[in-house]
Amino acid sequence: MSAVGEHWTVQVDKALRGRNDQFAADNRAHFRTAGVFVLNIVSSPGAGKTLLLERTLAALREELRIGVQVGDLQTDNDARRLSGHGASVVQIVTNGCCHLEAGMVAKALESQPLGELDLLIIENVGNLVCPASYDLGEDMRIVLVSVTEGEDKPLKYPTIFRNAQLVVITKLDLVGPAGVDLQLLRENVRRAAPQAHLFELSARTGEGLMDWYAYLRRARSGQAGAS
Amino acid sequence: MHEAGLMQSVLDMAADAMRAAGGNELRTIRLRVGALSGAACEALAFAFEALKNGTPAAGARLEMEQVAVRLVCRACGCAFEPLGFHDACPGCGSGTTDVVQGRELELVSVDLAVPGETEASGGD
Repeated sequence: MSAVGEHWTVQVDKALRGRNDQFAADNRAHFRTAGVFVLNIVSSPGAGKTLLLERTLAALREELRIGVQVGDLQTDNDARRLSGHGASVVQIVTNGCCHLEAGMVAKALESQPLGELDLLIIENVGNLVCPASYDLGEDMRIVLVSVTEGEDKPLKYPTIFRNAQLVVITKLDLVGPAGVDLQLLRENVRRAAPQAHLFELSARTGEGLMDWYAYLRRARSGQAGAS
Repeated sequence: MHEAGLMQSVLDMAADAMRAAGGNELRTIRLRVGALSGAACEALAFAFEALKNGTPAAGARLEMEQVAVRLVCRACGCAFEPLGFHDACPGCGSGTTDVVQGRELELVSVDLAVPGETEASGGD
């Protein structure tokens, strides 16, 4: 067996993101056991995640016990904006990491007992590329795209749109001032995310928010009913 | 995106597999990289060359199998590989499709040198 250059093949078959996947699976199991419905909200920087969450927390605080984890490279500005609405808010400062990973979520849960929550909303780092590939253990991944980002935005970021259960078009109030072809944006969302439900709203004016809250209530009850 | 971190994981996992199998030198590392995996093959190759020195993979070759996106139409069941990412079903024209292949990012296998054999390092 000693010919020079001889070798043998060992099968490995392991995912490169296996460590994150394991954390995500553990998170998912904990969430299911505790009956907590979990959202992972992703978008470009500035698409309106935090404002939409401010409105959502204010609207649902009497009905659901809500926890929020918000990821940013620096500052706790978003956590400050989201506090004061009755939700438990944890800021995850990534110090340069451009996306949240499941291990970070698990660490943040150390100060957010799941037994005290019905709904956990994770606001990811503003980034349409990297969060696409990191499962956090969520029930639903939601992509926000604002009307001012260009009608072809969804086509430019296939991975994140293909992995979403829900797409929300935000800043509807700017369609007119920004000269947006909303129908074209809708078509491109449908092409990039044929598997996803589509919502359209303005967190600023309130248009579309009632449907969004109703959807969240239904989704949460559906999950609660199933568990 | 993050190919350096991913490649470090590859090198660690390959070295673990080598040790578990009783080897001491890696000859080949094989990856499967899907078009929707969020990793680019060129960047992985670059990261491999940058990171392999001083590891059991110093003389190894990296092979990557690129996996195309494969979609299945929800309306008619037709399975196809789109030219772009957003093609409609060639069978019925429906745009409602599911991804059944293309998200893979895996260390598939490694080739190990036979223990006790020395050979000038450098591979190809």
